Amino acid sequence: MSNIPYARDQNVCLCHVCSYVCPDGVQTCPRCESPVHVRKPNSQARTWAFLIAGLIFYIPANVLPVMDTTLLGNRSENTIMSGVIEFAGSGSWDIAILIFIASVVVPCIKFLVLGMLLVTCQRRSQWAKRERARLFRFIELIGYWSMLDVLVVALVAALVQFHELSTIEPRLGILFFGLVVVMTMFAAMSFDPRLIWDAEVENVR
Amino acid sequence: MQPLERHSARIICEHCDSLYEAIPLQAGQSAYCLRCGAVLDRGHRLSIEQLLALTVAAAIMLVLANVFPVISISLQGLTNEVTLWGSVQALAQGRITLIALVVGLAIILAPALQIALLFWVLLHARRGEIAPGFKACMRALEHLRPWSMLEVCLLGILVAIVKLAGMLDVHAGTGLWAMAMLMVLILLIAGKDIRRLWEELGVGHS
Repeated sequence: MSNIPYARDQNVCLCHVCSYVCPDGVQTCPRCESPVHVRKPNSQARTWAFLIAGLIFYIPANVLPVMDTTLLGNRSENTIMSGVIEFAGSGSWDIAILIFIASVVVPCIKFLVLGMLLVTCQRRSQWAKRERARLFRFIELIGYWSMLDVLVVALVAALVQFHELSTIEPRLGILFFGLVVVMTMFAAMSFDPRLIWDAEVENVR
Repeated sequence: MQPLERHSARIICEHCDSLYEAIPLQAGQSAYCLRCGAVLDRGHRLSIEQLLALTVAAAIMLVLANVFPVISISLQGLTNEVTLWGSVQALAQGRITLIALVVGLAIILAPALQIALLFWVLLHARRGEIAPGFKACMRALEHLRPWSMLEVCLLGILVAIVKLAGMLDVHAGTGLWAMAMLMVLILLIAGKDIRRLWEELGVGHS
């Protein structure tokens, strides 16, 4: 497989916006006028920053209530996990699993995988490059599905507004949860998967 | 430096920086990177006219999905219904307003802009012309794509329906059907495939 040439050895680089093959050394793409870089600038530092910011926001996102339900006089506050448990308790296993995957499993997988990719790239690891590349594409694909819980809270809170009888209000936890999703999306966008393959050769700036 | 014309016949894998000679693909064919397995290129299934027609259809569905309520509920004779905009407004309360902006972008603004920009560039492309502001429109389309989350919104609506069905009478609104069709149309028109316009219109290098 090592017979396939690398673009930077042929003195060309890719424009991420329009896929144009740019000659080396240009600052902006000759075709679409976007900034062009051989590698995403400060990819590792930026990805770490967004990842750690996401991890920090993940704590209040799970601890603080995401919504406040008043149903016929009974008031209760739900966190993300208590919402999942409530669904499971009432027998809706399918929905409980769906929400659990979207709001717990997906963000945790993103944290673990991006952290693992960053560490292995910093150590210039040769281990399972093809599989790690596939893992990154998987992370990019599933990332935004975590927004599910935010949308469900928005819809439910907009619908259940019966003044005295029952109301549902969004709470601060949902803001932090939304920020976790945005931060992990930024983290995945700022990670440059070509760093995985750069371990094969000398350091590329 | 080599002549620029030679470069357009080459493809670089965006995931591993491998360089390939581009070969024309038939509709439905895909080219994968031998080194990392990522998709390099896909054959186009739809013509420019078809894309434009689907864009117009998506614009109509977008209007319907936003005008009509997506869910309505009733409780002891009282009824309530919610539109997409209503659900964004429900989040715009005090300290959490920031998340309303994110949701508004994800389910209303980004899809609307995508459809408007696609309509503009495709309308001109159909006549073989390069639309005024073509480069800016194409760049905006690239940057909007990750923030357009209609698939997630549709699943969110379905989950909300099931969630509320336990305690109230829930009905799917007209907006939900429009939303479902809009999601399919956006998947067809707003993908990376639109980058073909750069080649097909022969947009020059400055």
